This record gives sequence, C-alpha cells and structure tokens, in this order.
Amino acid sequence: MSVAAATLRAGLGGVNVGTLTQVGYLARRSITRTVRQPILIIPSLVFPLFLLAVNSSGLEAATLLPGFPTDSYLTFALGLTFMQGALFATMGAGQSIAGDIQHGFFNRLQLTPLRGPALIAGQLAGVTLQGLIQGVAYLIIALAFGAHLEAGPAGVPVLFALSALVGVAFGSLGLAIGLRTGNGEAVQGVFPLMFVLLFLSSGALPRDLIENDWFQFVATINPVSYLIEGFRSLFVTGWDGEALALAFGVALGVLAFGMWAATAALRGRMERT
Amino acid sequence: MRSASRLSVNPFTTRFGRAARSIAWRQLRVMVSKPALILPSVIFPLFFFAAFAGGLSAVSEAPNFDYPNYTTFQYVFVLMQSAIFGGVFTGFAIASDFELGFARRMLLATHSRSALIGGYAMAALARALLVWVVVTVVALATGAEIAGSVGDLLEILVIAVMLNFAATLFASGMAMRFRTLQAAPLIQLPAFLIIMTAPVYVPRDLIEGWVATVAGVNPMTATLEAARNLIIGAPAETLLALGVAAGLIAVTINWARTGLRRAEAAG
Repeated sequence: MSVAAATLRAGLGGVNVGTLTQVGYLARRSITRTVRQPILIIPSLVFPLFLLAVNSSGLEAATLLPGFPTDSYLTFALGLTFMQGALFATMGAGQSIAGDIQHGFFNRLQLTPLRGPALIAGQLAGVTLQGLIQGVAYLIIALAFGAHLEAGPAGVPVLFALSALVGVAFGSLGLAIGLRTGNGEAVQGVFPLMFVLLFLSSGALPRDLIENDWFQFVATINPVSYLIEGFRSLFVTGWDGEALALAFGVALGVLAFGMWAATAALRGRMERT
Repeated sequence: MRSASRLSVNPFTTRFGRAARSIAWRQLRVMVSKPALILPSVIFPLFFFAAFAGGLSAVSEAPNFDYPNYTTFQYVFVLMQSAIFGGVFTGFAIASDFELGFARRMLLATHSRSALIGGYAMAALARALLVWVVVTVVALATGAEIAGSVGDLLEILVIAVMLNFAATLFASGMAMRFRTLQAAPLIQLPAFLIIMTAPVYVPRDLIEGWVATVAGVNPMTATLEAARNLIIGAPAETLLALGVAAGLIAVTINWARTGLRRAEAAG
C-alpha cells in the first residue's frame, strides 16, 4: 500500500471527518504528486512557450494590419499561451485520476468514508497549483522578452486568478474523462479535440480581423475564444470589464459543467466498483 | 550479358521486393480495417489547413506579403507537413509492431531485413498519397489556385515524396531503437520542430527574430519555398530543394539502417 493511501486511511478510517479535512488530505497528495513529477509540469511550460516564440516571430507581420490592437505580436499571443497551458491541465488531471484507477488506489479510497465531492476537489488542487506555476512562468518569461502588461501590477492577481480558474475548469473536464474511462490513453485521445478548440478560436487574430465568415462564426461560438480574449485584454487593452466578465463567466460555466460531469462519472464508477 | 540480365530484374520479384511488398500490403490492410489509424493522418492536415488558411488569411494583406493567394500558400505547407507526418505516423506503426512482437517475428522470417523498412516506406507513401488527394480536393474547393504546369506539379510531388521517404526513414530509425509506442513524442517532436520553424505563416523575409535565423538553415524551408514557387508557375531554387531532400534521405537512410541493426541486436 502506498504511503499516500496509508495516510488517507489513517486520517479517514473509522472516523467521519469533515469534507474539508478530506479535501485537505487529497489536495496535499495531489500537490505533492504534481511537484514530485516535473514531467507533468515541464511539457505544459515548454510547449506553450515554444509555440509563443514561433508565433510571435512568424506572425509579427500581422501587427501591421490596420486595426490590429497592438504593435507587439508577443503581447497579443500571450492569451493563447495561457489558454494552452490550461488545456494541458485537462490532460494532467485526467491522467492522474486514470492512473489512480489503473493502479488500484481509487479502489482503496472507496474503502474509506471519503465523500465524492472531496475526491474531486482534492484532485483539482494539483491542477490549481500547476495553473499558478504556469501563469507565473509565462508572465515572467514574456515580460523578460518584451511583452507588455497594459493592466499594470494590479492586473497580475487577476491574471493569476483567471489562469487558476481556467486550469481548474478544464482540469474538472479532464477529471470527468479520466473517471469515465479509467484509462490514461483515452484521456490522451481527447487532446486533439482540445487542440481544435484552441486553433479554431480568436487565438491568432482578433475576431474582427478574421476574413473567412465560417472561421469567424466558429471562433465566435467557441468558448475558448472568450477565455483567450479575457487573458489578452489584461495584456493589450488594460481593464476591459466586458472581456473579463465573459472570460470569468465562461470559465465558471466550464467549471460547473466539468464538476457535474465529474460527479456523474464518479457516481457511475463507484457503482461499478 | 549477366549484368544486363541483372539490370532487367524486376525489383518487386526479388526477395527484398516480395518481402517489402508483403509488409506494405499488411500495413495497408491494417489501415483499411482500422480507420482509427488512418483518420488522424487525414484529419490533422485538414485541420491545420482550416486553421491557417481560414483563420490567418488576413495576414496576406500585411505590407510586403508578395504571394498571390494565401490559401495556396497554406495548401503547399500542409502538403509538405502531411508528407512528413505520414512518415511519423508510420514510425508509430513500427513501434507498435515491435511492442506487440510482430516486428520481431518479421525480423526472423525475412531474409532481407532491410525489406522491413522498404515495406513500411511503401505503406507510408500510400498513406501520404491518400492524404494529398484529400487535402488537394479540399484546397481546390476552398480557393487554392494552381498556376504551375504539369511539370511543375510533378516536381512538387517528387519533393513531397522525397520528404515523406526521409521522414519515414527517420521515424523508422527512432522506432527501431526504442521499440515502444512510448517513444512517440520523441519521434514526433523533431518533426514538429522542423515544420514549425520553417516559414509557416508568412514568407521568410517577413519573419522576425530567432525563427528567421532558424528558418534560414532549416532544410524544410528550401523544400517549402521551392514548392510554393512551383505551384504559382514561377519555379525558383527547385534544384536546391531536391538536393536538400536527397541530403535528408542520405542522412536518414543511415539512421534507419543503424536502427535496424539495434533492433536485430536486441533480438
């Protein structure tokens, strides 16, 4: 039996501890696991930054288009980078719970009086930490390479809050997929869909500069566009209440859906096992 | 006389040819019977084409963007990208065959073991040809224009086939070294890097920063630029592109051969 499972059993076994305490145990485990496995964090840092570097060089010419909101594509593209990092959180959360199921840890947890919501909330703690680490890294590196945060220092906590919220929201989706399938490969299989959501959005150009009607339509109905635009507004516009409200609103909507889906998947899995 | 009869030998009836053909045939049958294996290699290029040609067409209005049609510009990119990824996906198939033990049995059964690579390369080309047909139909339907002559188009095809072959050889070398699907990111990453640091979105002289420097020495740049020139009927530096593609094959063929030796040694 793993140390984590033993700790949980010692903490939970026989005692009907409060949900918050249960969340605390699982959150500590989730955070420890995230910190101990750099392989979970490094790709989510490296890939978005690589794409940022390539796009900011390759698409700098786009800033010369009439109506482009900034003269730095690096600054403009940061919204996409933050969003890409959040999508990695989906994979991370899904892989973690799928690993727990495949390795039997989940079954052992069911022998304890652990509540379902505690399991979900606890698992998302690691994702929240990952979202924060990513946010800090993206911001520091982008600023070092000449990006500009128009919202100023007061925008930093808002940026991190949005980053963590979007990470948790998409992490809950990953959790739902992981719980439903119980298979790490199946979770990986969802990655292309996430990629589609990312690329068929306003991530590369502002929506009003997208020329193709069908693409503009897809980008408009794609919720990821509003999340990217929320991040971007802090870098490019400063304080854009509408963009931020839409971003936080969409993130909360995704979180609500993700939690519902994760809870339903958890219930189904507990019944099966 | 003897050498003349050797020259007239049909390569498909030699032991190497028969083994390679059987392996290619098996690969194609697997692809047909499991559409999930072929779909990603068709969908990904179409997706990139949609995302880039559809979402970024406004970039062609930037000053000094001197290519006549952005859809055509991206069509050529997707063509070359799918040539490379056709090879990469074949690498995944080889790794999977090793993981399941099938490739080891083929190593035992085949007299000429390099036929293994030849067979996979034939399957990779068939896969790429299918993707090119689909991508071309979609590109033409969505506004890509072909102004080049039949000869120009054939040259584009030759460049794409050579890139596909080089990518297959590279991916084979990797797959035979690691012999597990867990090496998939290692096969994919170099391909992704070489593709994304070429002039993907705009012509090379509009790229700024470090990517401009990397694009200048990236072999993908020469092939991409030559193909983009050929398709608009303004051939330029085609020989350079063919030379670069041949150079890539020369390097990767050795990589694949040594990979095969490693796989043989591993038993």
